[in-house]
Amino acid sequence: MTPLLQVKGLTKRYGARIGCADVSFDLYPGEVMGIVGESGSGKSTLLNCLAGHLEADSGAVMFDTRAEGLRDVRAMSEPERRMLARTDWAFVHQNPRDGLRMGVSAGGNVGERLMAVGARHYGDIRAQAQDWLGRVEIAADRIDDRPTAFSGGMQQRLQIARNLVTGPRLVFMDEPTGGLDVSVQARLLDLLRGLVREMGLSAVIVTHDLAVVRLLAHRLMVMKSGHVVEAGLTDQVLDDPQHGYTQLLVSSVLQA
Amino acid sequence: MYVAVKGGERAIENAHAWLAEERRGDPSVPELSLAQIREQMALAVNRVMAEGSLYDPDLAALAIKQARGDLIEAIFLIRAYRTTLPRLGASVPVETANMRCDRRISATFKDAPGGQVLGPTFDYTHRLLDFKLAAEGEVPAAAKAAAPQSGPVPHITDFLNRDGLIQAEERHDATPPDLTREPLEFPANRALRLQSLTRGDEGFVLGMAYSTQRGYARNHAFVGELRIGRVPVEMEIPELGFSIEIGEVELTECETVNQFAGSKTEPAQFTRGYGLVFGQTERKAISMALVDRALRWRELGEDNLGAPAQDEEFVLSHADNIQATGFLEHIKLPHYVDFQSELELVRRLRAEAEAAAQEAAE
Amino acid sequence: MTDYNFAYLDEQTKRMIRRAILKALAVPGHQVPFASREMPMPYGWGTGGVQVSAACLVPEDRLKVIDQGADDTTNAVSIRRFFEKTAGVATTGRTSEATLIQTRHRIPEEPLTRDQILVYQVPIPEPLRFLEPRETETRKMHALEEYGLVHVKLYEDIARHGQIATSYAYPVKVEGRYVMDPSPIPKFDNPKLESEAIQLFGAGREQRIHALPPHCQVVSLDFEDHPFEASKADHDCDLCGSGTSYLDEVIVDDAGGRMFVCSDTDYCETRRGAGHLGRLAATRQEDAA
Repeated sequence: MTPLLQVKGLTKRYGARIGCADVSFDLYPGEVMGIVGESGSGKSTLLNCLAGHLEADSGAVMFDTRAEGLRDVRAMSEPERRMLARTDWAFVHQNPRDGLRMGVSAGGNVGERLMAVGARHYGDIRAQAQDWLGRVEIAADRIDDRPTAFSGGMQQRLQIARNLVTGPRLVFMDEPTGGLDVSVQARLLDLLRGLVREMGLSAVIVTHDLAVVRLLAHRLMVMKSGHVVEAGLTDQVLDDPQHGYTQLLVSSVLQA
Repeated sequence: MYVAVKGGERAIENAHAWLAEERRGDPSVPELSLAQIREQMALAVNRVMAEGSLYDPDLAALAIKQARGDLIEAIFLIRAYRTTLPRLGASVPVETANMRCDRRISATFKDAPGGQVLGPTFDYTHRLLDFKLAAEGEVPAAAKAAAPQSGPVPHITDFLNRDGLIQAEERHDATPPDLTREPLEFPANRALRLQSLTRGDEGFVLGMAYSTQRGYARNHAFVGELRIGRVPVEMEIPELGFSIEIGEVELTECETVNQFAGSKTEPAQFTRGYGLVFGQTERKAISMALVDRALRWRELGEDNLGAPAQDEEFVLSHADNIQATGFLEHIKLPHYVDFQSELELVRRLRAEAEAAAQEAAE
Repeated sequence: MTDYNFAYLDEQTKRMIRRAILKALAVPGHQVPFASREMPMPYGWGTGGVQVSAACLVPEDRLKVIDQGADDTTNAVSIRRFFEKTAGVATTGRTSEATLIQTRHRIPEEPLTRDQILVYQVPIPEPLRFLEPRETETRKMHALEEYGLVHVKLYEDIARHGQIATSYAYPVKVEGRYVMDPSPIPKFDNPKLESEAIQLFGAGREQRIHALPPHCQVVSLDFEDHPFEASKADHDCDLCGSGTSYLDEVIVDDAGGRMFVCSDTDYCETRRGAGHLGRLAATRQEDAA
């Protein structure tokens, strides 16, 4: 099987400091990859390099495009990359304000990606938005409210709906449960797990919270100082950590 | 009735005649001469030349008279006139180190070669209305300098530069882009930013500069040097093969010394902002230097704090008072066609809302 | 006036503007930057249109200037006089007689022909400006054809008001490529954007020119289930009786009395000249006498 995403030797430096160094992995369709590590471990840099928000210094990010199979995203033109970003890819930010249009209604937020790819039937767009609000447990009568009137948890669920409405093949998530209360986190995780299973989503999730990866990720990479120090099946890594840093992480001595 | 909007032609003529009458004011009061404006309203003349981008005190005085003292209107007259002038060529860059200074002060050093010269400044005057002026009395002559300064006066920042204490400006010999001949496009380079600021509205540039001092992208500026005086303007004459002096202009130049920057690889050093404006216009020149410095955040590796003065598009798109005043005042023009379509839309929306409410009530 | 060049601008400047116009015609709907000059009238009062007209005018031209559809509104008078003085061209109020028409906010009712040029005065040429204030960003959006946001605005209108609440400066898509602001004409005029004439749009302060060549496809943006509708006041002209022209509403007394009259004064006069009379045509005749 062709991997959906194939990362080879991805490296990003900030001057003399290493952002992430020589990261390689394959992600297969339907697979969820978790990336864990403390703050400054390079996990967010890696995610942003994968998603094209940051320019890596070297390495390749190969994506299995619909039309031409595996292609290096870094070598694509900007229009191609932006097209990918609004069709096959999605990005869920830690702070929903970064991923939502706060001045646009919930329905408009969900509908934007549909309209960006050519949907021109108001009734259909609205029906799909309605459907997706339901799937992320936002009441139907909130469709014309702006996200500013939503709680943090609702905003995050709205951001997820906005990202998933076009059925992306790959989702990047940056600390999707960060900044939420514990009880709200649990509900969001539950929802995410349901969606991942139901849609067979492929995803790369960055988090410092091991509970998140335990629940969502099939495989795991542990990062420290920009390097991947351990990788493997989630249960294996968490139940039988080999690297000293992972052992420390699992014994939850480290909190980001 | 319907004829209200008719007769535009005659209305305009009448308005212009009335304006001319108002401009003259009470005919029993003697009329202002251009020389009086040029000599006694010199700072207004300077501002009009600076923001009008045309160095001609007599025309600026005429514009001020014609505009009834409305300086933005006067600047507008100068700008429109400037458009029609043929472009003969560009001068050699002026050398401000050769300025004959009337005023030269530094806030960063107690004294420096060339000395501090206070010059004709409002600084340290007590702002008390001087009723002697109302009585049109003669002013006692000012003391003359013992020996007129001669020869080049070095820039104070050069002393810092010699020791590597201040960031060096790279020398560019490329012809800078011309804001008045090419459309402004972003990102702009520094030469273009400085052009925009030097002809920008004094009030706007002042407000932007003030905002940096109050913490919106604060950059801790000191006036390294402020100098006002005359510099010769030279032009290369192709037939001659060398440059000749074609006149002189009065300029105000301000160099600020700002918060030091440094990184792990670069040792700490001071940075600079620059202001250069026609005429004696020191408020504008200092403001310009502060805003220039704020706009250099990217080049100096600083953070974008989201402050208005750091935002090149925001500052440059809104600094020009002729653009601003024209667009602002154009809302006086008739807009009734668009208003009509809005009117119909609002009526339709209200009718629908009413119908819906009635339906709900039934 | 002989102190100034024909039509005020020097030939060098006209050439620069003509190059921008040709480029704009070659890429319909695309905004071409040009080095707008400072004109002797304020920015926002038609400097873009005046520069485009000046670059197009030849001594044989017959010029018509309208503002709000009328030839005798103050700014139209002012601009017409400017060209009478600086270019010495013949002027006219008749749409059919004009070879070049400069307009603000309206398209004449009478269909234009292949021998005519219509020049629009444009305040803000960027249809995305109020969705995204940054020029660097909007240029990228045009380049990459990222127009989803325009439809988000229309979606929000319908969600809030039950219909698209844009009544003028209604955005259009040109030849299936560029989204364009047709300048603040009422949306009633949008269908007339597909024309036999050359249409040029000049924005002086914003330093942009865009254009529609003859017979260019111009589609007003909408949704399939909320189609674009060119609406106007639901009345006939009280002077000439026309039921199809765009109308101004005029308040006639303190008691809320009003009449509706054609915004296109030439169209209305021509119809009356041909014997068409509206509801109040008789009283109006008496007033005039």
